[in-house]
Amino acid sequence: MHLYFLAEGAAEQPPNPIIPIWQEIVVGAVGFALLCFVLMKYVFPRMEETFRARVEAIEGGIKRAEEAQAEASTLLQQYREQLADARSEAARIRDEARADAAGIRDEILAGAREESERIINAGREALAAERSTTVRELRAEVGKLAVDLASRIVGESLEDEARRRGTVERFLAELGEGTEPAGAGGRR
Amino acid sequence: MRQLPAVLAEGGAHFPPSVEEFFLPGLGGQPWVSKITVLLWAGIALVILFFLIAYRSPKLVPSKGQWIAESIYGFVRDGVARDVIGREGLRFAPYLTSLFLFILVSNIWGIIPLAQISPMSHIAFPALLGLLSWVMYNYVGIRKHGFAKYIRLNTLPPGTPWWVAPILIPIEFFSNLVLRPITLAIRLFANMFAGHLILLVFTLGGFALLGANAVILKPVSLVSWVLAVGLTLFEAVIAVLQAYVFVLLTAAYLQGALAEEH
Repeated sequence: MHLYFLAEGAAEQPPNPIIPIWQEIVVGAVGFALLCFVLMKYVFPRMEETFRARVEAIEGGIKRAEEAQAEASTLLQQYREQLADARSEAARIRDEARADAAGIRDEILAGAREESERIINAGREALAAERSTTVRELRAEVGKLAVDLASRIVGESLEDEARRRGTVERFLAELGEGTEPAGAGGRR
Repeated sequence: MRQLPAVLAEGGAHFPPSVEEFFLPGLGGQPWVSKITVLLWAGIALVILFFLIAYRSPKLVPSKGQWIAESIYGFVRDGVARDVIGREGLRFAPYLTSLFLFILVSNIWGIIPLAQISPMSHIAFPALLGLLSWVMYNYVGIRKHGFAKYIRLNTLPPGTPWWVAPILIPIEFFSNLVLRPITLAIRLFANMFAGHLILLVFTLGGFALLGANAVILKPVSLVSWVLAVGLTLFEAVIAVLQAYVFVLLTAAYLQGALAEEH
């Protein structure tokens, strides 16, 4: 009767709200079935796949990171060893170079010393040769000069006689023996 | 009550709101295409479109839309299916999520301006969903335990003293195997129905107060409308909560059907 009062303006009585309208049940069933079909076939399985892939990606990522970490530390170890090797190698090369340098310096010094001695000896020999030549020349010169002087003093006629007998030569030889060391003279 | 029709004739609003407000005539007077069914289809279309677009090309690192879609599914999957039913509940997660979205979107229509009525305030839809849940949990339970054992588990919990059986068996049978779909349906329906009615009362009440003959009553209509806005927010909470409760209870019934003991 309450409903009747409210519906007095309307031509028909409004439906009872707790009695389902069967057409709406059909519409609801079709609509809900469609929603379920689309979501359960095209959306949620792919979400599950994505979740799985994500879990795998994270676990794989952690594993990869651990592997990379291990590789990096072995590499670091290797580099450290190589660096240490290189350092000791460098030290060895430096020591060798130092030793080489000392050797070379000594060689050069020895060579230079030899060379200088050689030059000095050569100079001495040259000097001695020069001296003996000079002495020989001077001896001849002095003889000649003495003869010239004597001939000028004694006379020119004596000149030929003197040459023939070798007086000057003898004189000079005696003179030379007299200046030589006593040992040489003693042996004679 | 005697005066009101005169007031309403002036203002053009019907106060107090009646059951009639829930049954706007469909197109051409038939119920196939009405505001309710159009809203229902619109809600279904929105959900389907959103999920298909948000999930057209899923990435491991989700975009914003994909993240929202995954969060909704993950909420029901982990928060309801797995927590209530357990590991084997994950296979129900797609259905439970579809159910949740269907109810949620339908409920939300109740507070969207211009729509402002939930299809769930028509008993047909909650009844359908309650019936589906009932069929589902009974089917799952009978398939797992066999018919006889399932009925025994549901009517006579193990360890009950024999002398309680005459009282317990009818009560358990009634509550576990008969009443559940009805309570599911009526809970959802009544919440949406009452919510719509309350909003109507305060909104139309505001107009009724504005059109009242006594001048002092006119400003009170503002209070009525402010309350209508506040209650709309309240209805938003109810809409989400009722969708959640329906799904949660369906999951709980499934869990009960699958469990060895109650």
